[in-house]
Amino acid sequence: MAIKLLTFGQITEIIGQSESAVNALDSDALKAQLIRQFPGLKDLHFAIAVNKKLISKNTDLKDGDTVALLPPFSGG
Amino acid sequence: MSKEEKYNRYQRQVILNEFGTVSQDKLFSAKVLVIGAGGLGCPALQYLAAAGVGQIGIVDFDIISLTNLQRQVLYATEEVGRGKAETAAKKIRALNPEIKVEVFNTRIQNSNALELISPYDIVLDGSDNFATRYLLNDACVLLNKPLIYGAVFQFEGQVGVFNLEDKLTQIKANYRDLFPFPPLEKLSCNEIGVIGVLPGIIGVMQAAETIKIVTDVGMPSTNKIISYNVLNNRLYEVEIVPNENMGSVMPKSKAEFLKFDYQWFCNAPPINEQITPEDFHELLKNEKITVIDVREKDELPLITWIENIHLPMSEFGRGIKNISPTGKIVLICQSGKRSLAALQILKSKNPGCEVFSLIGGLDSWEKKSKSSV
Repeated sequence: MAIKLLTFGQITEIIGQSESAVNALDSDALKAQLIRQFPGLKDLHFAIAVNKKLISKNTDLKDGDTVALLPPFSGG
Repeated sequence: MSKEEKYNRYQRQVILNEFGTVSQDKLFSAKVLVIGAGGLGCPALQYLAAAGVGQIGIVDFDIISLTNLQRQVLYATEEVGRGKAETAAKKIRALNPEIKVEVFNTRIQNSNALELISPYDIVLDGSDNFATRYLLNDACVLLNKPLIYGAVFQFEGQVGVFNLEDKLTQIKANYRDLFPFPPLEKLSCNEIGVIGVLPGIIGVMQAAETIKIVTDVGMPSTNKIISYNVLNNRLYEVEIVPNENMGSVMPKSKAEFLKFDYQWFCNAPPINEQITPEDFHELLKNEKITVIDVREKDELPLITWIENIHLPMSEFGRGIKNISPTGKIVLICQSGKRSLAALQILKSKNPGCEVFSLIGGLDSWEKKSKSSV
């Protein structure tokens, strides 16, 4: 199953690229997998969107879905 | 002033079919409060003033510094050291003497926020720190004012429209639906850098959203957050869904708002609310305490060596109500950062409770256990 992962801000800095392909059954599994791979993500707060819509609980992922990880910015 | 003279200055927008004198009149009667006359606020102020927004308020306590000028292009080198709010006001009054400009040379905080915002229709967030962003959001929710959000980080910016009801869906989302809690790392433009054109772009987008909302022309980004990246021109829009279970601690009344400590909410608690693995070990031996593991459900290994309650951070705000602790409470996570955030939630709900966050989390506990064997 191929999921397109888009990242922003500090998350891109940690992962090293803003766009990548990942495999995961649901959003919780994806998050856990990313944290294992990139421990620096563990203590960041970020919003997760599946197919351009914010999610607030675990969400099933299917082939072709796009997941975006958005951290808050404070600069002005 | 004749009717023709009244619209003369705005002729290029009044001749737009979708806009006309009807929209211009709406702008004349609009009142917009801009928080922060910095990277985002300056360009927003210029375009709002030029467009003929009838009343503009500027809130900023800061003075102009040389390192601001790379992006805050409203200011001149000779103005370094002067107050931002009054200098910005002088500039936009010169640009458009027909509008009313109010200067608030003050820091927005609990005690003055409701009073400052109340007379205005719309608030534009050009602040540069999380405490002010949460404060503005909560004040706008309480006062039912739309909030035009903008923020920048290095080469990336965010724009969004919060607390404005979508006419079709009746949905009204806010900043806390998107980010229920502030991040633990404190970063600002001063420390991380920002490319000068970026706040210009984002601030002007905020002005555009404001103008669309006032005039009812076009589609503002209501309940949406747009990310923009200067380096690749990637623009990504995400729909914000109200998060009933956000577990956040938004003040629900003006009295609660006045008491809410935003600085504290956005900063780590004092060191006396954190406990070292050694002291935790002593506490376990000598007292009956409540240990709460705030890691998520799939995080291993589970804590089996002491009695504990497993309440993941994602459910913490909701779940904590159902827990009746015995004695002191110690919160644990893997590295000690999430347990600090949990401590903030617990303290905000129950300021009197005796609660500690384990410094360094399970990682440092394991190190201590290994070294003492």
